[in-house]
Amino acid sequence: MDRSVNLAVVGLGKMGLSHLAMINAHPDVCVTAICDASGYVLDVLEKYTGLAAYTDFDTMLREAKLDAVIIATPSGMHAPMVKAALERGLHVFCEKPFCLDTADGEALTQMALAGNRVNQVGYHCRFVGAFQEVKRLLEAGAIGEVTHIQAEAYGPVVLKPKGSSWRTQRTEGGGCLYDYAAHPLNLVTWYFGMPLAVGGTVLNSVFSTQTDDEVFATLFYPEGKSAQLSVSWSDESFRKMSTSVTVLGTQGRIRADRQECQVYLRDTAMLPAGYQHGWNVRYTTELTAPVWFYVRGEEYSAQLDYFIQCIRSGAVNDNINSFSEAQATDRVISMLIADAEQGPMPVAMREAKLKKRWAFFGG
Amino acid sequence: MDKLLFGDNQFFGVNHMSEEKARAQAMRFQHIQAVMDVLDDAYDEGMRTFMCTTHDRIALVADHMRVNPTRYSGFKFYPCMPYAHKYANAVTEDGMIGALKRFLPNEGLFNAALRGGMSLAKKDIEGITTLLVDAEMKMFSGLNTPVIFLQNVVVDLLLGLGFKDAFRIFADHVRHRYLAEPGFITMNLPRLLPVLQEMGIDNPIVCANINKLGFRMSGGLEAYQQTLRDQPFRAVAMSVFASGAIAPDEAIEWVSQQPNIQSMVFGASSRSNISSTRNLVERLWPSPATSVAADMSSRPMLVRPS
Repeated sequence: MDRSVNLAVVGLGKMGLSHLAMINAHPDVCVTAICDASGYVLDVLEKYTGLAAYTDFDTMLREAKLDAVIIATPSGMHAPMVKAALERGLHVFCEKPFCLDTADGEALTQMALAGNRVNQVGYHCRFVGAFQEVKRLLEAGAIGEVTHIQAEAYGPVVLKPKGSSWRTQRTEGGGCLYDYAAHPLNLVTWYFGMPLAVGGTVLNSVFSTQTDDEVFATLFYPEGKSAQLSVSWSDESFRKMSTSVTVLGTQGRIRADRQECQVYLRDTAMLPAGYQHGWNVRYTTELTAPVWFYVRGEEYSAQLDYFIQCIRSGAVNDNINSFSEAQATDRVISMLIADAEQGPMPVAMREAKLKKRWAFFGG
Repeated sequence: MDKLLFGDNQFFGVNHMSEEKARAQAMRFQHIQAVMDVLDDAYDEGMRTFMCTTHDRIALVADHMRVNPTRYSGFKFYPCMPYAHKYANAVTEDGMIGALKRFLPNEGLFNAALRGGMSLAKKDIEGITTLLVDAEMKMFSGLNTPVIFLQNVVVDLLLGLGFKDAFRIFADHVRHRYLAEPGFITMNLPRLLPVLQEMGIDNPIVCANINKLGFRMSGGLEAYQQTLRDQPFRAVAMSVFASGAIAPDEAIEWVSQQPNIQSMVFGASSRSNISSTRNLVERLWPSPATSVAADMSSRPMLVRPS
């Protein structure tokens, strides 16, 4: 495909605006429409940039000349909008989390596959050089058999009991679990796949009244392997969101965040090219490929370029962060919610239950 | 402009290489006195320009300088606005319009409040922009701010959106209200310059990553070099050492060989690092490294220095 991709950006909040800035500067893209239900930002943009603006999504789908759409509306609106876009035969990039109801997510995944449309979700961590290096190292078996992953994210979003937007309500897809924890979880499912079960999930409020501000959980994998999640968006000791993973293996250990990848390889480890036994550090300066346009981190630009290149090359299946991959993260999120709702099952209580049962049988 | 501008990333836990280092710096500079001590060292090493974000804590530095004018004679601030994380986090909490309302003046100054409310209602970006600039500039009242920069996140967002008028609005306001030169920080230098030209912003001051590695130089090293060669503008190089990935002497020597670079901004946490950077610049980039050596005056710079 030689011609440029005609594309619309839908939802002009924080993510939508930054996507729009990057994609509007992409040499292979023509932004033919922008869409937001609230007229304010839309009107300002139309007035000052001349982009064709729509307040109604369906009207836009009918009228605008489109090949693809970026959906960055509040999470609760993703499912119907992705569906309508796929029905029109458009390629779809959707912000994370994909769908609040995993049944919707499953149906849309099938629909995109059946229609042969490029489908991608905005889990940008998979485009961070250091996290990609972790994936390469794990695939090469650099640290042997992986036994445990610790995935963390901290940052300063909700620091007082205040605020009222969709992001402050769990039912709308707001909260630390959907907004923050989804990212480290997405890395865990990338590195480790779907867990067998989850346990010990804590969705705790620090300041928020209608959603969670911190998330802690254990993910169980076959053969005693596990992952643990520790996330808070009410932590201003971090200047901005900071996501990290620590991976323990039989032959070493990896710790990675956006800036660097620190790798310790045991004397018995098989060495990947360029690595030595003991400590190795790879910095973002060497792990990050340049991008055509930079707004707020190479990974945000890179994921959009990847989406466009998939459309141009017709690579529909097996793409990074496909709907199906994002579904894995969504499914773990619903498992965590169900586990947290069930509440704690402390050992002491279990013993008491057992005793009771014995007493019953005995009596 | 001085050839060496002193930056502030180190004071706020900004480190592009390591979060551990960033945290160690945040701890070390937790109290403003630690920041002042390093700024005193920088001053005593001849640095006269502090290029700093409009972070709340810079207000404390500004207060200190206001009450000690003799100690800091000839000292200049190059404010870089806005401190973007403040706004981004507010948007997550309050939504776009809620966040905007939060930062527009809403108490005390009836006139400004009215101006803000009216601008917001009329979607008058000129009014909103100038009020936000004024809010950020409040902390520098009475101090010398000959160049005022728009931060890269905002510049590059506007550039990508094609929101070109905002650059002109910012430039005009900074010139008229603060008698200062507008500056623009960007990660997309080759793409920004034609737009500034189109908006009638002649010979602009533009700060961008310029390093031998091509690190975070969108458009590519070659396009940057061509821009430096061919475009009429005053370049300020940042990230010259690519966060420590390039050896200091190699980094400075390379920058000194590029055409049209007027200044470089660097950060350091100790007097020895400040002086070694200054010495390297004096040795490898002939011509005075600071205005103390070149020109003792601290007049606002409104014309291109020869």
